[in-house]
Amino acid sequence: MWYLCVFYHRLLDYRKPEVESLAQLFGAFRDNLNDDVYSQLQWKVPLHHHPDSPFHLVNLPSEHIARSIANRSILVKGMYELWGEGGSYEELKDSVLSYPDEGKLPYLESNSTFRITVDTFGRVISLQEQKELIQGLSYIPFKGRVNLRNPDHNFWLIEVDNCETSNGLPPVAQKRIFFAREIGGADRKLLPTYQLKSRNYLGPTAMDAEIAFLMANQALATPGKLVYDPFVGTGSILVAAAHFGAMTMGADIDIRVVRDGRGPDCNVWSNFKQYGLQMPVGLLRADNNLPPWRPGLKEVFDAIICDPPYGVRAGGRKSGGRKLLKGAVEPYIVPDDKRTDHIPSTAPYSLVECVHDLLDLAAKMLVMGGRLVFFYPILREEESAHNHFPEHPCFKLISSSEQILSSRYCRVLLTMVKTGPYTEEINEAARLKHAEFRENHVKWLEEGNLHSAVFSPIDHAQLMEDGDYKSKDPKPKYRGKYV
Amino acid sequence: MRLLTHNMLSSNIRGVVNGFPLRIEAGKVVEKNVEINGDFLKNMFVKIDWKAFVEASQSMGYTELPEEADSSMLDSDEFLNRFHHALLELHLEEGALVCPETGRRFPVSKGIPNMLLHEDEV
Repeated sequence: MWYLCVFYHRLLDYRKPEVESLAQLFGAFRDNLNDDVYSQLQWKVPLHHHPDSPFHLVNLPSEHIARSIANRSILVKGMYELWGEGGSYEELKDSVLSYPDEGKLPYLESNSTFRITVDTFGRVISLQEQKELIQGLSYIPFKGRVNLRNPDHNFWLIEVDNCETSNGLPPVAQKRIFFAREIGGADRKLLPTYQLKSRNYLGPTAMDAEIAFLMANQALATPGKLVYDPFVGTGSILVAAAHFGAMTMGADIDIRVVRDGRGPDCNVWSNFKQYGLQMPVGLLRADNNLPPWRPGLKEVFDAIICDPPYGVRAGGRKSGGRKLLKGAVEPYIVPDDKRTDHIPSTAPYSLVECVHDLLDLAAKMLVMGGRLVFFYPILREEESAHNHFPEHPCFKLISSSEQILSSRYCRVLLTMVKTGPYTEEINEAARLKHAEFRENHVKWLEEGNLHSAVFSPIDHAQLMEDGDYKSKDPKPKYRGKYV
Repeated sequence: MRLLTHNMLSSNIRGVVNGFPLRIEAGKVVEKNVEINGDFLKNMFVKIDWKAFVEASQSMGYTELPEEADSSMLDSDEFLNRFHHALLELHLEEGALVCPETGRRFPVSKGIPNMLLHEDEV
């Protein structure tokens, strides 16, 4: 059945992947007969609408699934059962009257309560005009009582207008009006509850609450599952997964962040305590480049969600020591009496090697069908040769959602599903690649170094040639997905 | 550090062949309550190395686990409770994990094991 899905107009790239993932979670694809590991929903855009529009039609198997998806999502403003639509109020009336009675009457009964909400997208509407529009719906036989606060049924009259002047929103060719019954919508109250502003223990790269929830949805976090973050830091991503009931585990190479925090009441544990969430099952100090897992350990995690260090605001580290890896010094033998408190030297960890290790870890440790969700930074220049996403034979990439960070670079949330087992060949190839990274330690640090590309000074002469960026068009242009 | 974590760790010092399981030197053991989740326990049961798990729980002072176990035992509530208790409710706050081959100690402090290798072990 086709439902009207109205999104919040933000993080445009993240909207549909979230609904697709939640559809998977709530069993929308259970009856699919094809062998494909990953199925997709059918989507339509209403007549005359731009693909970036907040209004979409999606085909879902049942109202129950539609409600579950909408209520758990972060970006679905409302999921509606469409009773009628048209380009004018006359067309709308014809459309609603032709909607079958057995679909309408159960929700109009005299022992129920209802309200009608008028929503206009692209223009402001006065209370008087709203009342008139509601009165114009008298052809629908509402028998119940009106309850504005907590009605049994919430009906929406949604108008999408074409504006002559662009206001920065997606262009609409013609006016379109919808009348629909609300099924469910996102609980945005989660955001002020979990916002970083009031978080107990923060770090410079703590993940924003809204994005953390989106990541947890992409990873299908639910009770009974074990979710792992190899770059846990202050635990901001695991908090979102724990909110949805998953058991969590995290590791970090920096022991001060993971063990000490800023004090006994200001650390990763206190972040979970702040929200009454289940504490992580385990936190450890480990190097993702030389992980401490026992040989033969595999397929333990249901999902791996993380934000690896890009090397821009926070650089990654791995064991070894710079000079050691360059071959400048011999390995330092720690005297026995100093072993306990010895802090091993670490060396810079390039993004390429970091992602290689992450994919290798995920390929080994994820269950079949498990999800790897992580952010990958890319430069925004068109012809950059480095901008293709990491790949691995065990994984299928199912979504990529871009978020702009600065004029120079952005990051993409990649969601991958494990579709193939970790074989001996893959293990061997990974071992060779790991050895190659060690051999060419210096080379990998210089290539693909995001930090210099992001922070290098602007070449003003070049900019003048490219176009006078100083004179701005006074009318706001359509900003595309960078909302 | 819980026994679930301990069951996944080994000493990966260069050249070491038998780094698993790590011997537990229990300094301070604490018991913390965790809500029981049957699905999670059933998921985890198949991934646990049972022999190492029983040995580890004994070194933490818990002797109620059977020496051998198979998945049919998960139907029994009593077994499930004991499994849950040993897996998730026993914490090693202070102590060390010792490599069975070299004797190298990986310290555990404030419940966090430090598994980072030193420069000469890499």
